[in-house]
Amino acid sequence: MNETMMIAGMALVTFSVRYVMFAMAGRIRFPLWFKQALGYVPPVVLSAIIAPLILMPEGDLDLSLANPYFWAGLVAAGVGFWRQHLLTTIVVGLVSFILIKWMVS
Amino acid sequence: MSNSLDQLSATSPSNSAEFIQGAKATIPMIVGAIPFGIIFGTLAESSGLSIWGAMAMSLFVYAGSSQFIALGLLATGVGPIIIIATTFVVNLRHLLYATALVDKVSHLSHGWRALLAFGLTDESFAVVNGRYLGHTDTNRAHWFFLGSIVAMYSNWQLCTWLGIGLGELFPDMTNWGLDFAMSVTFLGIVIPYLRNKPMWLAVISAATFAIILRELPNQLGLVVAALSGICIGYASQQVQLRIQLAKAANPATTSSGVKTTNTSTKARSTKP
Repeated sequence: MNETMMIAGMALVTFSVRYVMFAMAGRIRFPLWFKQALGYVPPVVLSAIIAPLILMPEGDLDLSLANPYFWAGLVAAGVGFWRQHLLTTIVVGLVSFILIKWMVS
Repeated sequence: MSNSLDQLSATSPSNSAEFIQGAKATIPMIVGAIPFGIIFGTLAESSGLSIWGAMAMSLFVYAGSSQFIALGLLATGVGPIIIIATTFVVNLRHLLYATALVDKVSHLSHGWRALLAFGLTDESFAVVNGRYLGHTDTNRAHWFFLGSIVAMYSNWQLCTWLGIGLGELFPDMTNWGLDFAMSVTFLGIVIPYLRNKPMWLAVISAATFAIILRELPNQLGLVVAALSGICIGYASQQVQLRIQLAKAANPATTSSGVKTTNTSTKARSTKP
């Protein structure tokens, strides 16, 4: 069935990506440039995932007051840089999202 | 009993203590994952995924962002091959996480390594990497790792299941904006990385490209944006390095900042 195949495939590629390095346990050595480039992967992929979600939740770029994703994201980023504490960032971000969404609607 | 436990933990924390610490350290991530897991369960049916499919995805794929992206693709009628390929690209970052941790787990059995790899999410990596960087005593830290995974995994299953149920009770829940929880969690993970100019450049350009290329089919925009961000970050790191090397090699010809330190040392040397 299509759905089963899709989920099996997703599970396989995800596990492979996570496991290949552990399976080889240090027998793979990457050149320095590759390691340095890899260092950019997590923040870059994560921000490429969230930028459209926050800045264009309805499909178009929206920096107006009516976009709670943008304003709550801004508040969360501010708190994140100020406090450097993950739980505070997430909680403040979620609470301000709910408040802003409620004020806008 | 409690005395002997205290003595043990004074020298090196026991396996169960490590396990519990790992679970506790994951609590901030769980706070973000609860609304996110619920919205995944809620959205599944309207995206064309069956209830069992949604549950199986959380159980076996166990990768929040790509599960979410898969729902988006399913809703637009994309076939399984493209969804699997997108999952691969989106999850390539986990290769880096594994590369960063491999020296810490290479003494473990294959079973342990496979188990820890299965649970190597963004959230557990951020927590576990902090554990390895923060302490020298890492003999039993794989129990900490496992504690983080078990906490994160069981929460993810519970929330998916809850989301499926709630989605049937409150069909308009998909409009509540619970997906913001993933965004804010990832935002919180990205912030500590932003310590130098190349990283800022990489992140800003990736975000900009992701927005400009949003219209490209099959999440291709995300892939191109990520690759561009990596290239720009790496290139600017190299440029920064060259400039620093040039400054160090011949300080007289470069910036005025270096000159003034030269003159000030001269001034100081003429004083006595």
